[in-house]
Amino acid sequence: MSEPRDTTKRTVGWMGIHRGHRARPAEWLAEQGIFFVSLTAILMVFLIFVFVAREALPIVLGRMDSAAHRPALPDEQVALLTPDGLRDYLGLTAKEFAGLDKEAIQSLIEVRKEEAKEAPKSPDAKINGAAWRYLLGPHPWSDSATGDRYVWQPVGAIHKYNLVPLFIGTLKTTAVALLFAVPVALAAAIYVSQLARPTLREWLKPAVELLAGVPSVVLGFFGLMVMASFLQRGFGYESRLNAFVAGIALGLAVIPVVFSIAEDALTSVPRAYSQAALALGASKWQAAWQIVLPAAAPGVFAAVVLGFGRAIGETMVVLMASGNASIVSWSLFDSTRSITATIAAELAEAVFGGHHYRILFLIGALLFVATFLTNLAGDLIMHRLKDRLEGKR
Amino acid sequence: MTSPATISSKLDFRTRGFDFASFAFTGVTGLATLFILLLLGIILANVVWHGWETFSWRFLTGGADQDMFDVRKAGVLPMVIGTALRVLLMTLVVLPVGVITAVYLTEYANSTALTTRIIRGAVNNLAGVPSIVFGLFGLGFFISFIGRGLDAGAAEPLWGKPAILWASLTLAVMTLPLVIVATEESLRAITPGLREASLALGATKLETILKIVLPEALPGILTGGILAVGRAGGEVAPILFTGAAYYMRDLPKAPTDQFMDLGYHVFILSTQSPDIEKTRPILFATVLALLLLTMSLNLVAILVRARVRRKMRAGH
Repeated sequence: MSEPRDTTKRTVGWMGIHRGHRARPAEWLAEQGIFFVSLTAILMVFLIFVFVAREALPIVLGRMDSAAHRPALPDEQVALLTPDGLRDYLGLTAKEFAGLDKEAIQSLIEVRKEEAKEAPKSPDAKINGAAWRYLLGPHPWSDSATGDRYVWQPVGAIHKYNLVPLFIGTLKTTAVALLFAVPVALAAAIYVSQLARPTLREWLKPAVELLAGVPSVVLGFFGLMVMASFLQRGFGYESRLNAFVAGIALGLAVIPVVFSIAEDALTSVPRAYSQAALALGASKWQAAWQIVLPAAAPGVFAAVVLGFGRAIGETMVVLMASGNASIVSWSLFDSTRSITATIAAELAEAVFGGHHYRILFLIGALLFVATFLTNLAGDLIMHRLKDRLEGKR
Repeated sequence: MTSPATISSKLDFRTRGFDFASFAFTGVTGLATLFILLLLGIILANVVWHGWETFSWRFLTGGADQDMFDVRKAGVLPMVIGTALRVLLMTLVVLPVGVITAVYLTEYANSTALTTRIIRGAVNNLAGVPSIVFGLFGLGFFISFIGRGLDAGAAEPLWGKPAILWASLTLAVMTLPLVIVATEESLRAITPGLREASLALGATKLETILKIVLPEALPGILTGGILAVGRAGGEVAPILFTGAAYYMRDLPKAPTDQFMDLGYHVFILSTQSPDIEKTRPILFATVLALLLLTMSLNLVAILVRARVRRKMRAGH
């Protein structure tokens, strides 16, 4: 007997072109075009990462020097430098260096000496604030009035780029937003998907989702102009704009995200689950709380994860309602500055291609990586839920 | 071994006379829903209440040649036009790309293939990228990479600076997932029978898609477009460095011009106003204009979407 023939291959023609396509090359081309256009989303995610990270690369590799005072070498030592050493000393790229003649290089060396003479005399002036050690670690700055060791101060003679205050700011506003938004949104999702009457449900879901249609600049405006004064009267704290106000306003942006995903997850649990429980004599809330919620748990968790991603990435709300003072403090009622607000507020004033500009891109890249990972996690969890409900696991 | 006794002790389903737990649970979750709607209502009512007085025909059609901080003269026409233009340009780019991607994902792709899963993953990820990162991307890619590349050798930068074109393209990247997801949903809502009937009559797959599937999916495609416009219309963070201007005498005339924007103007009025008490009425009226734009678009999208979903349930 001969070998069994692989029947699956018969439908595939020469080089993957199906039989019908030979007669219609234009259609075949159009379909290939459709495939290539559909790769745009992948390309864009890739480009976003590459082009945000590209601007931040010199900082990541430690190639930038933000020191206000860079000591000048005496002439005899400059004469001893190799061409590469000289290029590094003058801070030029290989292309720039190749384009200069001897005289131009000599004048650059003179400029460097002048700069060194005129630089501020503070002991901090020689510090390169753009190095990783100073971006993340503490430093006892000599001119700090409050004795803070973690300082974000990108203005003035000596630039201080410590990222810790920004991380703390983002963490504080995000924590408040999630503590406020998650319980409310989850409770509403349970009510709308499980307990409300079908006719009511038809109205409630779009109505809650309408909140997602309020632009974040309007939520920021509302936090700044209305809620800040209202909450200050209620709680009696000192600084009008702070992490608490920003967090609550941010919560308004997070609620529709968490609600929408959790509601979808709860609705995707087959009706047979809750109907079986009801048939056994369970009340509606028992079926919802003990049967449907555990079944949809991964989806509910994904909703919280994606809500977190939204909260750390939201810009305008935090920019307008948090007060934007970069102080290291764990108090919710102090003015705070988040990562996103810092980028939005400072990028326009940063020198194009300078260290400040590149550090802002660096924190943008960090933000992108953080949300990429949260999205990936949320995505995987939702997949598991789908598999579980379809009985694949 | 599982005896009936252990089941009933774990899940206590015995009914009592008045079920307090049920009452409390329904009450708390219902109140949470009401609370969200109340917050939405407060925001909208507050803006309408304070903004109504200044919100007039003159305000909507007033130009930028007047003092934009003067209550009697300020107008938002340049901002409305700027926002409309950038959103229009964005739609021209995002709609074709989004619809084609959705067509590939629903009509052609093998749902278990690796490519399909990566495309879906990318779409989901794109939806979660923070808006400020899109701003950085627009600056790093469109302006400094493409724009400066086009300018190479020119004395005066033409493309390599913030412009309405770059802002629109940045927003198109941001709203791509919205269009894809909405179109996909409406394509899936079409009964397979319709496609099969067309194929059985001898139409090719592409003909079926172009002449049967897409016209049928039009409401869903429109929903995607409207949602994208509603979302992009209110976004400020991505256009901060890619094209929005604090003040411009003239309306944008070329794709390389900057523009004034409604959302950005709200930001300026709330944070950089010379006298916040005096400009408060302008601020509320501007917010009202912005909300009217985005909320009406969202409302339309929600209504169309509800119709698509009802049809889908009827179809399957």
